[in-house]
Amino acid sequence: MSARVLLAEDEENILTSLTFLLERAGYDVSVETEGPKVLKAALSTPPDVLVLDVMLPDMDGYEILRRLRASPATERLPVLMLTAKGQREDRETALRCGADLFITKPFANSEIINAIGELAEKRLQ
Amino acid sequence: MLSANILLFVCLGYVALLFAVAFVVDWRTRRKPIRWLQSSVIYTLSISIYCTSWTFYGAVGSAARNGLEFITIYLGPTLVFIGWWWLLRKLVRIGRAHRITSIADLISSRYGKSPSLAVLVTTIAVIAITPYIALQLQSVTNSYQVIVGNNDGTTTAFWIAAGMALFTILFGTRNLDANERHHGVVAAIALEAIVKLLALIAVGVFATFIVADGLDDVFAGISAETIQGAGDIFGPRWIALTFLSATAIICLPRQFQVTVVENIEERHVATASWLFPLYMLGMTVFIVPIALVGQSVMPSGSNPDLYVLTLPLAENRNELAMLAFLGGFSSATSMVIVAAIAASTMVSNHIVMPVALRLLPAKAVSGDVRNLLLTSRRFSIAAILGLGFLYFYLSGGSDALAAIGLIAFVGVAQFLPSLIGGIFWRSATRAGAIAGLVVGFALWAYTLFLPSFDGHFILSAGVINQGPFGISLLRPEALFGLDHFDPLVHAVVWSVGMNALCFVVFSALTTPDGLERLQGALFVDVYKSSGGSASNISAEVADTEDLFVLAQRILGGVPAKKLFDEMAASQGIKTGLPHPTDAVVARLERELAGSIGAASAHAMVTRIAGGQTVSITELIDIADETQQVLETSRQLEEKSAELERTAQQLRVVNDRLRTLDAQKDEFLSQVSHELRTPMTSIRSFSEILMEEHTITDDDRARFVHIIHDESLRLTRLLDEILDINRLEAGVSKLDLTQLDANAAVKKALETIAGMTRSAGVTVRTELATDELWIRANNDRLRQVMINVLSNAVKYNLADKPEILVRTALVDGFVQIDIIDNGGGVPPEVSTSIFDKFARGIRTGRNHGAGLGLPISLAIMRAMNGNLTIEVTAENTTFFRLSFEHALIRHRAPAPAQGTA
Repeated sequence: MSARVLLAEDEENILTSLTFLLERAGYDVSVETEGPKVLKAALSTPPDVLVLDVMLPDMDGYEILRRLRASPATERLPVLMLTAKGQREDRETALRCGADLFITKPFANSEIINAIGELAEKRLQ
Repeated sequence: MLSANILLFVCLGYVALLFAVAFVVDWRTRRKPIRWLQSSVIYTLSISIYCTSWTFYGAVGSAARNGLEFITIYLGPTLVFIGWWWLLRKLVRIGRAHRITSIADLISSRYGKSPSLAVLVTTIAVIAITPYIALQLQSVTNSYQVIVGNNDGTTTAFWIAAGMALFTILFGTRNLDANERHHGVVAAIALEAIVKLLALIAVGVFATFIVADGLDDVFAGISAETIQGAGDIFGPRWIALTFLSATAIICLPRQFQVTVVENIEERHVATASWLFPLYMLGMTVFIVPIALVGQSVMPSGSNPDLYVLTLPLAENRNELAMLAFLGGFSSATSMVIVAAIAASTMVSNHIVMPVALRLLPAKAVSGDVRNLLLTSRRFSIAAILGLGFLYFYLSGGSDALAAIGLIAFVGVAQFLPSLIGGIFWRSATRAGAIAGLVVGFALWAYTLFLPSFDGHFILSAGVINQGPFGISLLRPEALFGLDHFDPLVHAVVWSVGMNALCFVVFSALTTPDGLERLQGALFVDVYKSSGGSASNISAEVADTEDLFVLAQRILGGVPAKKLFDEMAASQGIKTGLPHPTDAVVARLERELAGSIGAASAHAMVTRIAGGQTVSITELIDIADETQQVLETSRQLEEKSAELERTAQQLRVVNDRLRTLDAQKDEFLSQVSHELRTPMTSIRSFSEILMEEHTITDDDRARFVHIIHDESLRLTRLLDEILDINRLEAGVSKLDLTQLDANAAVKKALETIAGMTRSAGVTVRTELATDELWIRANNDRLRQVMINVLSNAVKYNLADKPEILVRTALVDGFVQIDIIDNGGGVPPEVSTSIFDKFARGIRTGRNHGAGLGLPISLAIMRAMNGNLTIEVTAENTTFFRLSFEHALIRHRAPAPAQGTA
């Protein structure tokens, strides 16, 4: 059974490339583009890996992560955070909120695929 | 009778002894002070110059004539020393703190260093002590005559005066420095004090126990009335005499000299307060017995003033007579020496020096001045003894020694109001002191001094008896009919009374100037300063620090620091304060003088530089009172207020800069974010295209298309960012032309017609019927309108999307309103909607960067117009473009309906 990855991202073209790459790598990919919907989807059917953009409409990634960590079902959910703000305080905020990994846009394809693979492996062990 | 030669020989031998003592003491003191010569006993003995030959001979005479009245002369000083020793201590403290050289110096210094006051006091002092000097000449002359039987009194007196002048010059002007204490002279005087006490006691013991048969024999058959004398005890004359003698012990220049100027340690005053009355008791105890024995033994008609001498002679005790003569001689010489030193110091310091300094070339070296000082003091001594001789000559050798002494007492009593007032009353002023002294001195001269010549000098006998021009009210000895007192009491009441009255009244009427107030406070509050025995170890450091504190206070912190740094640098000190050299002190004084005047600067700097006992805090407190400092402080306050205003402005600017800086940071962060997003897609897809060789042609075409789109998006973003920055910075100057707003609206709607049609948006227009002239840039205005309109289309979520565009002229402003029903802007967003990159509504997949509205606003502002968002009904977004109407003459607009 292939690992399920939830992509939480509101940029259409980025979603396109990530979906393409992850499906090619054999993941089961689902997509959400709005903050509250991401939270709802992650809580109802927790994926194996959550790829979470910080700048989402209506609820930002930090808030979503905080709420996920507060719920027993998702407190140990592997989360990879994406942000277009590459500043150090963004990384710190992400890790403090409970992100497992943090990647700054623009990223190399190999970088994000390896990161997701790492998290999925940890999850399945 | 003794031969003149023997007497002369003994006198010269005695003088030689005194010289030897003075010389040895001076010489030893300079090398290593002899401890016991610095003691309080020597100090007390030197004060005993109060007991002059007048006391030595005259007290017996007074006792013989007036009974116990002579006691008053001792009573006053005793009261002062026992009851008022703290007054003396205060004088001593002030004298040491201010380096006072004489009573004239003290009074003038107290009243703002007034030169005129110094001259006045000096003049009065010289005139007042002249009778006193004459008295000494007379007593020595008389005693000489009695012993050797020479009758030419005047010649004798002249030679005695000349001898004393020489003696005093040799004694008193050996030291170059006027401020230096005369240790040798004091030692010699102390020796003389012992000689005169021993001599008087010896004569007393001789009279009581050898001539008479003990005290019982002396007082046998003597009634109380005889002893009490003619004057009633505790009557006006008694009170006046006690008052005068009490005053004299304070105010006599020679007493001031030994008590204050020559004082080595303040605590010596405490010893003197009981030892000196004891000494006077020793001088008094045999007065009455000698007088009584003399009266019973000596032939009637013999001068009772000379009983001390004539009694041993009558009994053929030549050696005792010789001792008595030496006692009288000691009394006279010690008094004359000190009186002449004191007077010559005053004359040279307060009269000769000021005149000389004015006449001498400015660059006279200090050696010249010192020589001048010495010379002037020597001449002063000669002149004072000359005056004494002149008085002796003119007064015809009045027989009553005591009467002459009292004239001097009343004369110096004129100093009392200014002196006491000066050290206890802050508000005493120079004008008060001068008025009191002048009036008191004039009344003294008129009622007592001039009449003492018995009509031989200035006042004729007629004037003395009948008053000037026969006006009996102005009779010198019964002024304004005050004739039931004896002349002495009369003179005391008038001169001292009017003196004190004028002093108080004029002081109350005048305001002291800065220096007077300064000096007044320093004198009155001399104890408030730190103790006189301050450590000398750190004196240098403390001095410079004190000077620096003072300089800071008066010059201000920065100039003071600069000045001291300069001075330190000139001494080769890199950091820290300069050494307090004379040059530093002088430099500082010059600098301070520029701010507070030379006199105050001098006063302040010398007080500190001299290591005096006045605290800086006090000086500064007083300095604060001076007008100059008030002025400086007012200016400082103004400057400080100005600085405060500047600081306030700077704070505002700073806050604004900080806001701008924060905005700049936020903008850069936003730009970075907006650029990273398209770049992420571009990078990701290009990597896919580079690395994945198995993708379909469809995917490949789709991915290349995305890369292309995102590249365009990047370019547009950069253009917008550059555009908005240039607009905001005012770099892009837009060319404005006069155009019709209605026409512009129509063209914009035409441009966007395709977009609205495809989105199914209905556009209505309500345009003003007339042209609405505005000054704008046609292309830019269209850009703004298309931007707002396309937003209205893009973000419209209504089922039946509608846009209303209307134009109107309101209050001289042309308004272009663009209203849509697309859901509106939440109030919390409406304020930030023009912020760069803010997006009113995040609808998910829109890719419009948030720069459209900020750019539109920047354009509108660059065209002197404005773009606002109006909050109206729910679900309604209402943008308004407004311009100033370009034409003033215009009819009221009438709205027209229409559909585009």
